[in-house]
Amino acid sequence: MPQRIRRRYIAVKIDGNHPFNGKTLQDAVWNNMLRLFGEYGASQAELFLVEYDPERQQAIFCCSHKSLDLVKASIVATTKIGEEKTAIHILRVSGTLKSLRRKIQTIFL
Amino acid sequence: MPKAGNAAVKKFVDLHLCPRLENPAHLKQMIEKAAELGYKTVGIPFPAQQPQENIKLAKKICNDTGVELVTRIDLSPNNPAELLKNLRKLRRKIEVIAVKCYSKTVARQAAKDRRVDILSFPSTSPRKRFFNSAEANLASKALAAFEIDMAPLLYLQGFRRCLLLSCLRKETMTATKRGVPLILSSGASDALLLRKPKDYAALTYLFDLDAKTAEQAVSQNPQAIIERNRRKLSPDYIAPDVYLVRRGKDCPSE
Repeated sequence: MPQRIRRRYIAVKIDGNHPFNGKTLQDAVWNNMLRLFGEYGASQAELFLVEYDPERQQAIFCCSHKSLDLVKASIVATTKIGEEKTAIHILRVSGTLKSLRRKIQTIFL
Repeated sequence: MPKAGNAAVKKFVDLHLCPRLENPAHLKQMIEKAAELGYKTVGIPFPAQQPQENIKLAKKICNDTGVELVTRIDLSPNNPAELLKNLRKLRRKIEVIAVKCYSKTVARQAAKDRRVDILSFPSTSPRKRFFNSAEANLASKALAAFEIDMAPLLYLQGFRRCLLLSCLRKETMTATKRGVPLILSSGASDALLLRKPKDYAALTYLFDLDAKTAEQAVSQNPQAIIERNRRKLSPDYIAPDVYLVRRGKDCPSE
């Protein structure tokens, strides 16, 4: 019987002065993951952007729980979004979106 | 129930923040960013010539920001004799001394000298990184730590990053095996190259360092060096493991 895929939700804060959309953010992290771990590694991560708040410059990514370390390294190693220099900081990691949203409400970076 | 490895009780240290010292605004920006990212202590390398003026300014900014400053000097000697001369001159003035090893003879001398706190290998070329098992044995006896700057992992790309990761994988394995303390430092000269301590621990996944060792390398290991050297620099220090406990009227007479 196929097992249920366990996921991890990662809340991040983007540090930079230039505005961009969610697609550009997702592409930046994906490209970085491809560079670091190749197509095989990236295919196991099942990474996608759940939501992006341009005002607070916060985003939530979802990935497979087995690839959490790989995805965290890819997110942290991202230095550019589009053509602009940026830094992405991981705020929290959680198993459900509900608990992640509750946790990040208390974080002030 | 609070977790055993609670981040709130850990004191994170970045021993290698590299702001442009001639630009006070940049210095302030870097220190504020480090404080914002959760560092309680930052080490800034000062030039060996006239470091006092720069130290004063950095101390003032750190006090305003609520971060502790550690004075550090990065020595890049050409030969062992130059290293010994610099150590004699600077050891009692500066809290942390790091040696950038560009040659094997300097690396060996630095590893066996107890006055050296940190060994650093800035080159990305495997032929110019001299941290092998012999070096690790010497460093382990002299209590020197092996420093990994994380900024090159962020700004290097392609083949050069592959080389660096390969070297770091071997070196961290050697250091762990021989009991050499590891230190993760930012080595950042730009605020956008700074990351949170836990993010650096996550990045060590790239060279197969386990999470617990990585967290120690960004908190306990650098803190141990700072505390050891501050004790040595205090007026109560007499010789290794000998400290003045009481003086003057407090001393009971026989």
